[in-house]
Amino acid sequence: MADSALPALTRIAPARAARAPTPRVPTWLDPSRALPWLLPAGIILGWQAAASTGLVSTRFMPAPLDVAHAGWQAAQTGELWVNLWVSFLRAASGFLIGGGIGLAFGLANGLSRLSEKLTDTTLQMVRNVPHLSLIPLVILWFGIDEGAKLFLVALGVFFPIYANTLHGIRSVDPQLIEMGRVYGMNRRELFWRVVLPGALPSIFVGLRYGLGIMWLTLIVAETIAANSGLGYMAMQAREFMLVDVVVLAILIYAALGKLADSLTRLLERRCLSWNPAYRNA
Amino acid sequence: MTATIAPLFKDVAAQAHAPVRPSAGRALSVTLRRLTKAFDGGEPVIRGLDLHIPAGQFVAIVGRSGCGKSTLLRLILGLEQPTSGHLAVDGRDGRAAGPSRKIMFQEPRLLPWARVADNVAVGLGREGSRAERREKAREALAQVGLSEKTGDWPATLSGGQRQRVALARALVSRPALLALDEPLGALDALTRIDMQAMIERIWAEQGFTAILVTHDVGEAVALADRILVIEDGAIALDVDVDTPRPRRRGDPDLAALEGRILDQLLARA
Repeated sequence: MADSALPALTRIAPARAARAPTPRVPTWLDPSRALPWLLPAGIILGWQAAASTGLVSTRFMPAPLDVAHAGWQAAQTGELWVNLWVSFLRAASGFLIGGGIGLAFGLANGLSRLSEKLTDTTLQMVRNVPHLSLIPLVILWFGIDEGAKLFLVALGVFFPIYANTLHGIRSVDPQLIEMGRVYGMNRRELFWRVVLPGALPSIFVGLRYGLGIMWLTLIVAETIAANSGLGYMAMQAREFMLVDVVVLAILIYAALGKLADSLTRLLERRCLSWNPAYRNA
Repeated sequence: MTATIAPLFKDVAAQAHAPVRPSAGRALSVTLRRLTKAFDGGEPVIRGLDLHIPAGQFVAIVGRSGCGKSTLLRLILGLEQPTSGHLAVDGRDGRAAGPSRKIMFQEPRLLPWARVADNVAVGLGREGSRAERREKAREALAQVGLSEKTGDWPATLSGGQRQRVALARALVSRPALLALDEPLGALDALTRIDMQAMIERIWAEQGFTAILVTHDVGEAVALADRILVIEDGAIALDVDVDTPRPRRRGDPDLAALEGRILDQLLARA
C-alpha cells in the first residue's frame, strides 16, 4: 500500500506546481488556443513571401498585403459594407424562409403518418433536382431581383433541414416515448419534453449543412445574376482584372462561413449541454 | 411456507392474509378473474388467469422468457387491455391506467436532456407548483441516497445510480401500486443486492403493493411475500414465503424454496 501511495503523491505535487501560475497567462496566449491558427498564419506568410520574391505572378495571385489593401480601400469607400449587408440580408432571409418551411415539414411528417404519406414522396422527388439547375428558370421568373436569390437560397436550405428534422424525430428512443405516455404525459408534453429535445441534435446537423448550402447558393446566384452583393463585387472586379478584390471576396466568404459555423457550435453547446458529445466539443 | 391455491375472489373486501405493516400507507389490491389476453387474434398470451393480490403484498412473478409475465404486468397497470375477463383494482374496474399505479422499467429510461431532479419530477405529472415539485423530487432522491446528484445530467451517473433515479421517479408520487419489470436485470451482482435492499426498505416504509417481474429466482425469494410461477400464460405455482424479514442471504429455508421453484421452471425445459 505504502509503495503505491508514494509515487501517486509525487505525481500530484508537480502537477499542482505547474497549475498555479496559469491564471496569469491571458487565455489568448494559451498555446493550445493558438494551435488551430498556426497553419493559416503559416500559409499567409509563405504566400506573402512567394509574392514578394516574384515566385508567383501577382497578376494571377495578389500578395496578402495587396488583398488587405484592397479590403481597406473597399471599406473606406463603403462599397464593401453595402455589398456585405446586402449579401447578409439575402442569406439570412433565404435561410429563415427555407429553414422554417423545412423545419415545419420535418416536424409535421415526423409526427403524422398522414402528412408524411401526402408530402414525403413529392419532396423526395423535388430533392433530386439540383437546385442550382433551376437558375435559368428562376431568372426567367424573377429576373435578377431579390426574389431569385431568396428562392434559390430557401430551396437549397430547405432539404437538409427537412431531412434531418424528420430523421431526428424518427430516431427518438421509442422507450422514452413509452415512458412519457406511461407517466401520464399528453401529446403536447410528449412533444416538448421528449420528442423535440430528442430530435434536436439531428436538427442541428441539418442547420450546419443548411448554412453551408446557404453560402454556396448565394455565391453562385450573385455571381450569375445580381447587381449588388459580394458575388457581384467579385464579378465586377474580374471584369476590370482587379484580382486582389476577387481574392478579397473569396476570403470574406470563407470568414462568413466560419462565423456561421462558430455561431452554430455555440448554440449547440448551449442547447445540447446534456449530451457528453457536445459538452467540450 | 406452504403452496396455496390462488384465492378466488368470492370476497374481495376480505383480504384475510394481507400483511399488516406498522407504517402501511395507501395500497391497492388487484383482482383478476378469467383474464385472457391475445394479440391480434393470435394464440392467447394470458389464458383465463385468476389471481388476487391483497393490498400491500410484495408479489414476485417468475417464469421463462415469453411466458406472458410482462404482459400480465402491463395488464395489471392498465397499459394493455384484456381480450376477455375482469380486472379489478381496489374492487373497481382497473382497465384504465391511473397515476396511483406506477412502473419501473428494466432500463432507467431517463430523459438525457433533463437534470436528475427534473427527471424525478416527471413522476409527478402535472401535479403541484414548481416549488412543490422540486421539494418532492428532492425528498424522493434523498430516499434513494442521491441527494447530492439533484442538478446532474443523467449521462454523468453510473448504471446503478440511474436506476435509483428511475426508482425515485416511480415513487415520487407515492403510488399505491408499484410494478417492477425486471428493474435490476442489467446491474452487476453487488449493485443488485444494494438495490434489492433499498426496494425492500422503501416498500416497508411506504406500504404500497409491489409486483416484481424477475428472471432471478434468488431475487424473488429474497424480496417477496409470495411467488407466482407463470407458465404458458397461467399460474403454475403460487407459494407464500413466510420467512421473517430482514432475510439473510443463504438462509437454508430460502435456498430450499429457490431450489423448488427452479425445479418447477426447469422441468419444462
